[in-house]
Order: sequence, then C-alpha cells, then structure tokens
Amino acid sequence: MNIHPTTAGMTLAGILFVLGLISMLIRRNMIFMLLSVEIMLNAAGLAFIVASSHWAQPDGQVMFMFILSMAAAEVSVGLALILQLYHQLKSLDSDEASRMKG
Amino acid sequence: MLFLIPALPFFSALVLILAGRSLNKAAVSVIACGSMGLAAAITLVLGLPFIQSGGHVIVQHLWTWMQAGSFSAGIDLRLDALSLAFVFVITFVGFLIHVYSTGYMAEDADYSRFFACMNLFVGAMLLLVLADNLLLLYFGWEGVGLCSYLLIGFWYKDPANGYAARKAFIVTRVGDTAMAIALFMLFQYTGTLQIQQILDQAPQLWAAGNSTIVLIAFLLLGGAVGKSAQLPLQTWLPDAMAGPTPVSALIHAATMVTAGVYLIARTHVLFELAPAAQTGVAVIGAVTLLLAGCSALVQTDIKRVLAYSTISQIGYMFLALGVGAWSAAIFHFVTHAFFKALLFMGAGAVIVAMHHEQDMFKMGGLRKQLPAVFWVFLIGSASLSAIPFITSGFYSKDQIVWLAWSSVHGHTFYWIAAITGAFLTAMYTFRMVFLTFYGSKVSHHTPHAPGNSMMVPLYILALCSTLAGFVELPHTMGHVTLFSDWLQHVLPAVQLQQESTALEWTSQLLAAGLTFLGIYIAWVWVIERPDGMLRFSQMPFMRWLRKLWFSGWAFDALYDEMLVHPFVRTARMNRRDMIDRIYTTLARIMEWGHNILARTQSGILRWYIMGVVLGAIVILSVLIWRVNV
Amino acid sequence: MGVLFYITAAIAVFSTAMVVTRLNIMHALLYLIVSLLSVAVIFYLYGAPYMASLEIIVYAGAIMVLIIFFVMMLNLGPESSRLEKQWLKPGMWAAPAVLCVVLLGELVYLIAQNHTPVTGIKEVPPKAVGRALFGPYILAVELSAMLLMAGIVGAYHLGRQQPKTLHRFLQSKPS
Repeated sequence: MNIHPTTAGMTLAGILFVLGLISMLIRRNMIFMLLSVEIMLNAAGLAFIVASSHWAQPDGQVMFMFILSMAAAEVSVGLALILQLYHQLKSLDSDEASRMKG
Repeated sequence: MLFLIPALPFFSALVLILAGRSLNKAAVSVIACGSMGLAAAITLVLGLPFIQSGGHVIVQHLWTWMQAGSFSAGIDLRLDALSLAFVFVITFVGFLIHVYSTGYMAEDADYSRFFACMNLFVGAMLLLVLADNLLLLYFGWEGVGLCSYLLIGFWYKDPANGYAARKAFIVTRVGDTAMAIALFMLFQYTGTLQIQQILDQAPQLWAAGNSTIVLIAFLLLGGAVGKSAQLPLQTWLPDAMAGPTPVSALIHAATMVTAGVYLIARTHVLFELAPAAQTGVAVIGAVTLLLAGCSALVQTDIKRVLAYSTISQIGYMFLALGVGAWSAAIFHFVTHAFFKALLFMGAGAVIVAMHHEQDMFKMGGLRKQLPAVFWVFLIGSASLSAIPFITSGFYSKDQIVWLAWSSVHGHTFYWIAAITGAFLTAMYTFRMVFLTFYGSKVSHHTPHAPGNSMMVPLYILALCSTLAGFVELPHTMGHVTLFSDWLQHVLPAVQLQQESTALEWTSQLLAAGLTFLGIYIAWVWVIERPDGMLRFSQMPFMRWLRKLWFSGWAFDALYDEMLVHPFVRTARMNRRDMIDRIYTTLARIMEWGHNILARTQSGILRWYIMGVVLGAIVILSVLIWRVNV
Repeated sequence: MGVLFYITAAIAVFSTAMVVTRLNIMHALLYLIVSLLSVAVIFYLYGAPYMASLEIIVYAGAIMVLIIFFVMMLNLGPESSRLEKQWLKPGMWAAPAVLCVVLLGELVYLIAQNHTPVTGIKEVPPKAVGRALFGPYILAVELSAMLLMAGIVGAYHLGRQQPKTLHRFLQSKPS
C-alpha cells in the first residue's frame, strides 16, 4: 500500500506515544512511571525526526538533540528524587506520595 | 452679630469636648457659663431695637449649606419677635441653670462632659429657634434630641438611665419622622424650605381646608407632639427624669419641650389654613393637660410630679395655639419657663440637701431646715398654681383659660378642661409643697443648705416669676397688652367671639376660686387629715384609679402590648433570618461544590495524568470537529 | 522505504508493548533498550544517521544504563515483581486503555489529513545539522549545557545520603 512516509512515521510515533501514556496511567511503581516518560519522549523525538525529513530541514534533528539532552538531565534528577522518596516512604508506590490530597 | 448667639455655645461645647478632661473645674465653669452669659448679653444688645418696634427683623445669611438643582438651603438665621422671645428665655434661663449646675454637679466626676453636652444642647436649641429655613430648624430639632439623649443617660453606668434615654429618643423619633414627611411634602408643593416663603405661598397654593395642607399640618403636629411630650407621645418625659436635675430644668421644662410650641407658632399660617389640624392641636392640648394633671396627683417622686406638671402646662400652650391665641401661648411659655425652671432647681436643691432622696414621702418639715429653698419653691408653686395678682403664672394661665372659651375657635369644652386643669394644678402643686416642706420630719438625715451658686439663680428666677406677668394684663385689670402687641407683627392677634368683661370676670373668679379650693383640699389631704385621706384612697375603686394614674394612664403598658410585643414576636419568628438565608444559601452551594471537587484531588499522580489525557482528548475532538465542519 | 520500515516499526511497537506489560523491572528495561534500538534504525531510514547514532549512544547507552544501575542499586528483589502483579489487575487496565486508544484514533485521524505532496525521504546530512546547531541554535545549545549542569548538581545533591543525626538523648548508649 502506498502510505506516505510521513504519515507512517507519524502514526508510529503516535502509537509509541500512546503506549507510553497507557504505561504511565496503569503503573504504580515510580520507576516504571519514569520509564513511561522516556518512552513518550522517545516517541516525540521520532515525530520530530520525521517532520525534519518531511521538510528537508535540520531543525527537527536539532530539536531531537535538545530532547536528548533534556531527557538525560531529567532522568538523573528524577532518579535522585525517586531515591529520596524511596528512603522517605520505604516503598516505590506512587500512591503513597499522596499527602497533597483533599 | 446674630450668628454669635448659637456659635458661642457651640464653640464652648467644642472646646469642652476636646480639652475638657484636662481643664480644672473652675476653667470648665468659666467656659461654659461664660459662653452662655455672653450669648445672653448679645441677645439683650440685639433685642434693644425690638423694644421700640416689634416688627423689627434681623436676618443673617451665613453660607449656603447645600445646593442641588433648584433646591438651595443655607445657614440662615432670623431674629424676629417670636424667636427673640425664645432666644431670650433660652439664653437667660440657660445661663442661670448653668450657674446652678456648677453647684449641683460640683462633685461629679464627669463635670466637663456635662457642660459640653449642655452647651451643645443650648447651641442646637438656639439654632432651632433662629432658623429661617425648615432644614436648619430640623437640624436643630435633631440636635436637641441627641443632646437630650446624651443628658438623660448622663450617668450611663446605670442601665436604667440608658433605657430612659433610649425611650426618649425613640418616642421623639416617631414625631421627627412625621415632621420629616411634612417637610418633604412642603418642599414638593412649594419648592422651597424657607419659612417665610412657605408662609407667603401657602394661602395661594391651598384653600382653607384643603386635604393636603391638613395632612401637612397634622404631620407637623405629630412632630410637635413628639418633642413636647403631648398625647400620644408623652410617655418619655416622666422617665426622662433619670437625668440630672439641671438637665430636667433646662431641657424638659424650659426649652426643648417647648420646641413643638415654637414649631406650631412659627408655621401658624399653615395651621390657620387647616382648621381640622388646629382643632386637633386644641383637643390634644386639652386632653393632655387633664391626663397629666391627674397623673401628677398621685406621684411620689418629686421630679415626676414636676414632669407631669410640665406635660400639663404644655398642654395649656397647645390649647392656646389650637384656639388661635398665639401670643397667649408664647406668653405662657415665657412665664412657664421661669417658674418651672425655678421649681426644678428648687427640687434639685431639696434632693441634694436630702442626699439624693427623691421620694416626697420620705421628706417633710424642710420648711424649718431649708428656709431659703422653701420660699423660692413656694413662689414657684404659687406661680404654677396661678395664685391671683401676685404671680406671673396667673396672668398667662388665666388668659388662656379665658381665650379657650371666648376665641372664635374656642369651645366650652376647652374652657371646662382648662378650669379643671387649673384646679388639678393647684391641688398637686401644693400637695407637693406640703409633703416636702410641711409636716414633721420624716427622714433622719440632716439636710445641708445649698451654696450660693445654687441659690442665687433661684432668687433671680423667683423675681422673674413674680414680675414677668405684668407685661400682659387682661382686659379686666387694666388691659396692658405689651407682650401681644410686641408679638403682633409675627403672630396674628386672637379673634374673639365676643368681648365681654363680665364673662371674663366670671371666668377669672371661677379660676381663682378653684385654685384656692385645690390648695385647701391639698392641705386637708396632706396636713390636716392624712388618715382620712388614706382610708378614702384605700377603697377599691380609688386604689385602681390611683394605680392607673400612677402609671400615667397605663400608656406604657398599652404601647408595650400594641407595638413592642408584636415586634419582638416577629423578630423571634425571623430568628433564622430569611434575607440572610439567600446569601448563606449561595455560600452553602459554593461549599457543596467545593466539597465535591475536592474529592478529585486525591494526591495520586495517576489520576492527574488521567485528567491530562482527558483534556487532550477534548482538545483533539474540537480540532477534529473544526477540520470536519 | 518499504519492508524494512514496517519490520522495524513492528519490532518497536512490540517491544514497547512488552515494556508496558512486564512485571520484572529489569526485563522491562531491556525491552526498552530494544525499542530504542529499533527507533534508531527508523531514524536512519528517515535520513538522519547522526541522530540514529546519538540515540544509540546517549539514549540507549547512557540513560538506560543509568536506570539499570539505579535499579540494581535499589536491590529490590523478587518482592517487587509480586507487588507489580498485584497492582496490574485488569480493573486497572480497562479505562486507561480505552481512553488512550481513543486518543490514538484521533491522532491518527488528524495525522492522515492534508499533506503537501513531497515524494520520498530526503536525507539531511550531519553537516547541515551541525551548521544549524552552531548557527541559529547556538543559544539553545548553551542553555542545554547549563541544563545538564543543573542536572548534575541536582542529582548529586538530591542523591546524597544524609546520615541521620539523633538527639543525644535519643541515641542508644554504646553497650
């Protein structure tokens, strides 16, 4: 079938993104949530690359580079935070961290 | 110079309010009495041209108070014969009462507050009588009401005094509201509140008997009735005796309660155009003087006797106004101010001498112990009872009694009421004198005589009570009409049905006779055969009558039942306020919504992400719709 | 394009689905690495070889390895997979799955809308990327360097283990 490559790439990015979203919604373990964020970031990066190829401009790839660096910084800080939470709550359950309720 | 007359008391009141606490008693006395004295002196100076001609008028426009569209009201003062009479009484008697108060209130801690309120009152009263427009008059009217409240409740630490003050204020408020409505109507029809302009326009606007002018006149009468403690708003004056005695002398005898008389006299043109209202004035006066006279007969507190007596005497003035005897009413006002102030101050001297005992039955035999007080009190009582020839009260009251019958608006009923009133007056007055000064000593206290600051004003007033009557002698005794001639330019002369010297003699003889009969009965009652009277008064009907009269014809109970209880009942029914519920319901709906929404804040991260997803779905749906449609 | 793309896409989707459904976190991480590798291939297919290599080196090689080491440090044990099984009940699945499928549908619908007719895939060489980075995007490069610095400092500070100091009254006496 003749699917335009951009459409195919975007659809793939969409599927990956939604998978990450589902994972985010159904997991209670904090590390899995972080993982889901990574999946979603990756999918967004894919979308950028596809767009870059669509317009034949390097801007999308530049965007992806920034996403990469941001993801790196975010993962390191996020893991440090998860470590602190683990020490505080003695569990990795995100539902335990619900003192802001009500 | 005219503006100084009200300005001086206002200024001294201001000084005393601001700095009174830090001044010593001598300074306060000087400031207070000095301003009064200066005002009295200026009155005399300004009054000199009036002696030649009663038609002299001084008008002073100070500044424009307010201007809105076609309505403009200024601070306009007007001194003519009528207001001069009032101003003279207010400043002169006021000055004497201030001097008296320096002695009476000498041991009171709130000395400066007392004089501040007194001066404020005098300023407001002067503004009332000097006002040339009704708005300024109303300002003075409200001012005296306020000061009356402040002074009745002067010893505020006792809640009963506060209650009496509130009662006075609220009852007179009813009258004030009627008067305000009258002012609104007057403005609506004449477009101005300047008194002279209204009086000039009134005969052109309304024919005699027109229902509008009758309504306006009745509303003005309502206001006058409130301030002057006539039927049906007379319940506040006996309770107002809770204030210090100088207050009772100044406010509730000589000046404030006569504001109603002034109002009616000032707007006499309106009343002449409304015969129904004028009849109302006369009827109210006649009935009130009888009611109050009966009530005064059975009182035990010396000040309450004098309070009911004041109500009764003002009834005489209203009666005179109602039958068209305008200058007679003013004449009686002047003499009444003298002897009533004298009587109140004398009673104050007695009360202070008896260490603040006010029950007459606990006094007795003070004639020997306080001779000076006895003599001035006797002079005042004689004037009140209208002892013939030698007292001023005789001339003024007898004139009213005669004119009640002989005026074109007069009626036999009025004359009978007036004569009976004279009888009752003599009886209760001398009952009071005999109970207080005669008989054997009842109390154990040794009374100490009051000092000069209290006695000298009493002497002066005693002199005035005796001499003031001679400016107006009736037809039968020389027909001196100095006073009414003097007032004629402002107030019209009374028209008589018939001029009959013989009938006038008869009336005067009857009045004099009833006066002496009253004194004699009082003597028998109190001195000669007190046990006989006691047995007589223990009869069941007499006991019931006595209770009725003691409570002032049960008006308090009536108003309680008619007005207070339904009000309290409705207030209780509305305890969970209906109007408030509208607003609280709104608040409660908000709270309910908040409680529901607060449950969405579970603190669980996944729920929040779910919210984000939902939002994204919604936005994309909108986009799809737009792309499609 | 053709077959290569579809095979790689299938691998990517499948491995991501496995990531979502695994109970053992190590397994999930390894599946995620596979997913990243396949996405890297797709990058290459779309004419971005430099980005493909970066994806492998940085994303799969550094970030995932970091997470793997972190999980190893936590030393969770078999307890965690039992807990995950307990948490991943069907009741949990249903609503989110439905919602996200709806979202996917909308996304796909919108993606398949209008396109300017561009045929084929144009390759964008790394040189162009480099020129863009050091040209108009130089400021963003500096900022992302600062971001990484902030990440380092933050991670160091937050990850520090503070020794718990008890008040001297609460300290147990050395026996």
